[in-house]
Amino acid sequence: MQPDRVLAPFGRRMAPITAREQFGPYVVLRCEDPGGPRPQAGQFYMLQAARRWGGGDGERPFLPRAFSVLRAPPHTDDLHFLVEDVGPGTRRLCELQPRDALLLLGPLGVGFRRPAVGRRAILVGGGVGIAPLAIWQDELATILHDQPSASPLALLGFRDHDHARGSAILSDPLFATDDGSSGHHGFVTELLADQLALEGAVEVYACGPPGMLETVRALCEAHDVPAQLALESGMACGFGACFGCVVATRHGYVRLCVDGPVLDAAELEQVA
Amino acid sequence: MSGLDFCGLALAHRVINASGTFDAIAARRAFGDQVVERFPFAAYVTKTVTLEPRQGNPPPRLWEIAGGLINSIGLPNKGLREFTRSDLPQLAELPAPLIVNVMGSTREHVGELVAAFAAREDVAALELNVSCPNVATGLEFGSDPAELAGLLDHVRPLTDKPLIVKLTPNAGDVAAVARAAEAAGANALSLINTIRGMALAPGSSEPWLGGGTGGVSGPAVRAVALAQVHSVCSAVGVPIIGIGGVQRGSDALDLLHAGTELVAVGTFSG
Repeated sequence: MQPDRVLAPFGRRMAPITAREQFGPYVVLRCEDPGGPRPQAGQFYMLQAARRWGGGDGERPFLPRAFSVLRAPPHTDDLHFLVEDVGPGTRRLCELQPRDALLLLGPLGVGFRRPAVGRRAILVGGGVGIAPLAIWQDELATILHDQPSASPLALLGFRDHDHARGSAILSDPLFATDDGSSGHHGFVTELLADQLALEGAVEVYACGPPGMLETVRALCEAHDVPAQLALESGMACGFGACFGCVVATRHGYVRLCVDGPVLDAAELEQVA
Repeated sequence: MSGLDFCGLALAHRVINASGTFDAIAARRAFGDQVVERFPFAAYVTKTVTLEPRQGNPPPRLWEIAGGLINSIGLPNKGLREFTRSDLPQLAELPAPLIVNVMGSTREHVGELVAAFAAREDVAALELNVSCPNVATGLEFGSDPAELAGLLDHVRPLTDKPLIVKLTPNAGDVAAVARAAEAAGANALSLINTIRGMALAPGSSEPWLGGGTGGVSGPAVRAVALAQVHSVCSAVGVPIIGIGGVQRGSDALDLLHAGTELVAVGTFSG
């Protein structure tokens, strides 16, 4: 049987950090992973610092953290991840410098599927959720290199001007900020609504906070446009063992780590 | 490596998985056939199977704590019929004896499950999850010696396969429950299951977990596990599977030194 995903090596492995870049509050960690395959856009890794994982606030972190891959440049062993310091796990990851290392497991889960013929991709990202859209934008450029008119449109949303520095991570995005300090004043979903009013033959790819994804889902449903949503859920294992990361779909709970993290919006009653 | 005999099961080494912490079928989707070729456990213990399918608890189901995890998963599973039809043939391909973990809310339910698997050649042994209330009495089967003896009196005659009783650490006197299980015909005991715990949603008086409370596991429970294992090993003669916060070889050795035959890895393997 042909697997529906790039399979992960069975076991955690060490990946040395090669570079660290800062975009406002976001940190891009680059590492070398010669032991792993090149992931698909939308797949994720379970990450932890190779040293000093634990011992932070409240003696956490304990569990590894799930991160969509930000980029995996072809013909290299490089993996890039996008991290924002929002808790003890991300804080420790944000501290990492070249010569430190990650312990990682992956690539895991199923990624994005290419748009149906004749549909243009619209990428909609919010905050740190822009990560899987960067590699998908790269992939789509390769897939569609002979159809420049089908070039995907990237719409990004951030809290404020400082966070909007993350918009530099994708190519030619339109972006919005909640406080209007940069770009469109409002939500990225308003940019999407405008675009859906103009253009019907599209397929939407989205990742971001639940409220944003629910609006994307509802807009796409109203316009009868297919959408693939990269969801997030707290995970303990990342490969289907613990059943901890379930989300409710029209067919009951599914494990986001093995049945996602990318789900068809049509599978969901709503994004909770 | 020299093998060993555990209740008649030929095992390659002393480390197995704890029930519900390693899904070999899902792992094969993520890692491919390496899971079978490099199978890490000497026996495979399934997630708990119940008579009817269960959806499990509403999310969120996880909460990280210092050195561990509280989970409120709620035993989602396909139920006996679908498990037997779709999962069992795949699990039978694993290069390790298969131990099926079962749970029911009455003696008769547990009996039906035990009888169903007793008839299966691909099942080497059964593990009884007794961390469940008996709806007839309201008592957890594993919380009380008489309650547990009553369950075993009902199911023991239904199979010749080894019966492993997974004790709950939430009993008043675990050694007394262990002695009752041994006297009623359990071939082995496993402990500890998770310890009841709770987390509040940040800044609120509401529980974080969809199930309200959950089970604590991981290194945080290791010392509790060691104490309970030590007490049970001195109380009974049947072999013991030690479980609780095993993350490295020295943790496993501690449990073996306390008198266990096998060690099961849970939170760390998941």
